[in-house]
Amino acid sequence: MSETELLLWIRGPALQIATVIFVLGAVVRIAEILLLGRKKNLAEARGSAVAGGLRTIFSRSVPDRGTLQRSTFNVVAGYVFHIGFFITLFFFAPHILLFSDVFGVSWPSMPTPIVDATAIVTIIALLAVLAHRLRHPVMRFLSRFQDYLVWLLTILPLVTGYLAFHRIGLSPPMLMALHILSVELLMVIFPFTKLMHAFTIFMARYYNGAIAGYKGVHS
Amino acid sequence: MSKDKTLGEALRRQGVSRRGFLKFCAATASLMALPPGMAPVIAAALEKARRPSVIWLSFQECTGCTESLTRSHSPTVEGLIFDAISLDYHHTLQAAAGTAAEAAREAAMEENYGKYILVVDGSIPTANPGYSTIAGISNQDMLMDVAKGAAAIISVGTCAAFGGIPHANPNPTGAVSVSDLVKDKPIINVPGCPPIPVVITGVLAHFLTFGSIPELDQLGRPKVFYGKSIHDRCYRRPFYDKGLFAKTFDDEGAKKGWCLYELGCKGPTTYNACATTKWNEGTSFPIEAGHPCLGCSEPDFWDGGGFYKALSMPTEDITRTAVYAVGAGAAAGVALGAMNRAKKKRVEKAHQKATIDDLEKDG
Amino acid sequence: MTQSSHTAELKVESGEELTHNVQPLLNEVRHALVKLLDDGGRTVIDLRSIPLAPGEEQKLLDELGRGEVHAQLSALGSSDFVETRYPGVWVVEHFNSNDEVIGKFIEVCDIPDLLRSQQDDIREGLEQLQTQLA
Repeated sequence: MSETELLLWIRGPALQIATVIFVLGAVVRIAEILLLGRKKNLAEARGSAVAGGLRTIFSRSVPDRGTLQRSTFNVVAGYVFHIGFFITLFFFAPHILLFSDVFGVSWPSMPTPIVDATAIVTIIALLAVLAHRLRHPVMRFLSRFQDYLVWLLTILPLVTGYLAFHRIGLSPPMLMALHILSVELLMVIFPFTKLMHAFTIFMARYYNGAIAGYKGVHS
Repeated sequence: MSKDKTLGEALRRQGVSRRGFLKFCAATASLMALPPGMAPVIAAALEKARRPSVIWLSFQECTGCTESLTRSHSPTVEGLIFDAISLDYHHTLQAAAGTAAEAAREAAMEENYGKYILVVDGSIPTANPGYSTIAGISNQDMLMDVAKGAAAIISVGTCAAFGGIPHANPNPTGAVSVSDLVKDKPIINVPGCPPIPVVITGVLAHFLTFGSIPELDQLGRPKVFYGKSIHDRCYRRPFYDKGLFAKTFDDEGAKKGWCLYELGCKGPTTYNACATTKWNEGTSFPIEAGHPCLGCSEPDFWDGGGFYKALSMPTEDITRTAVYAVGAGAAAGVALGAMNRAKKKRVEKAHQKATIDDLEKDG
Repeated sequence: MTQSSHTAELKVESGEELTHNVQPLLNEVRHALVKLLDDGGRTVIDLRSIPLAPGEEQKLLDELGRGEVHAQLSALGSSDFVETRYPGVWVVEHFNSNDEVIGKFIEVCDIPDLLRSQQDDIREGLEQLQTQLA
């Protein structure tokens, strides 16, 4: 199979398979969580559960002072990685074209040199996070295979994307093929790992906020 | 058709002075994308080069490749090269027809057995030999027969090189490329829809000068013309690097000559000489004229996802797949959710606590 | 080429951000001139092998300008030899008999090779003259 044929397969059938597994898997897991339901609180409501839930989704995005002081590295590295990943994925012009083709919506892109620099910063943050996980005794003790797998699946699209844009190493069609393939791998493994937190954190924040809001306390 | 005369003698006979011959060599070096210092080397080689016999077979093609080649009138460099070779058989260009033409072909093959160059344009149908025949002979039979005595084969145009438009989905004629059928001869692919004329004659010039096949890439294309992608030589590259794209064919970006990535340009994955050699004696090329590159020198460019869909877009309908997956996921989720609830109720009835482990074991 | 008001409306302006090949090319010419003075070595630059944005080639040629010499060759079509305003820097354009461009070079030398009379041609001319006088 030539490089061109490989790239066409990756942009076509492979992407279909990855989409099915990713979407089906994520929807099944979310549906299961929702349908499991929550224990009914028989006490009288002291406040609004819904308001508490919705507010908490946003308020938890700001770290509380205690956590920030105790785990400065985790909080800072985590934020840098997540924001960097978000910018690289959603504000690079060719990616926006992909989303506009699949979802029919588009938005302005950021200048490519900025996205390029952001990708580097994000990769550095991921490397720092791995180093921390390996060196901190508690982190090392707690880490399982899935933690390292998920880290690898996250950094591969960033690295392959950077190489593909700058056309370093292999032929450009091959680099493009590897980049899209790495994304498809991420999609396929996603629903079976803790990466589901991308969807479930909003549900968890809501539940926590709703419970507290119902009781009329701050969350 | 004297086949023994060298190119130098042939030119002198036409009244071309030494000065004219040197001008021809300088232009040929430029055409072959060789450094100007090579002109004397070319002069020395061409003077002694013998005129090779060339048989040109046209199969399932639109004649665009021949048209591309013959647009320029002699004596140009292209024209001279055609004078330099002995074109013994070519449907469109030859005066003869019918049995006389086939007899001429067979005579040329016999006289130069093992030494003639076979040029092919058009793809070869394999689903039914009757889809394309010449004088009652199927394309496939003629190709295999003529290929036997050829020194080398040049597949001109994307159809001969990779199957081209007949090969596009659903390929009703079973069209294949020359290299799909001939396995025991050196084949040079000169793809493009059509190829740039100077690329075709540049390959012939290489034969004349060096008597050998130029260095080929993994798809059998001469690296000297197909070694770089359009993207890597495109004058609009600075706009791509900065992220300045034309979004429609007539917006401000388009008027300012910004990058055409968003309009579907396949430049980044296409290898050809369009960005440097250009078309019509260096006048322009598609991107310079404001149209995204089609990727016409690559295999399967007709099925590559659409000329106006950017490279980062999927080639198939992902939206529909995602919608179906959501539907299926919701159905499966509801079913599983119902099963989970039923299990929970069952366990509660038995006055036992259900934990997540219970669900995980059976779920 | 015909000019129409419609064409004028749609004129494509090249942005200021061009490929910036003009400056490096002129530097290459400068190096070649130094070499020419040092050891008499000639340099030939093939203008068709460099990706120039629309307008850049003209900018380059305008910068080089025209000097004291303009020679025309008539062999297999015409060829133009112009010494630019920098002596030793020649712009050479080859055309076929249909006035289509088949080669474009910058030659840094004391005189382009093709302007010299060639030994073979001189020999043949001598033979013809001898026949004439005989």
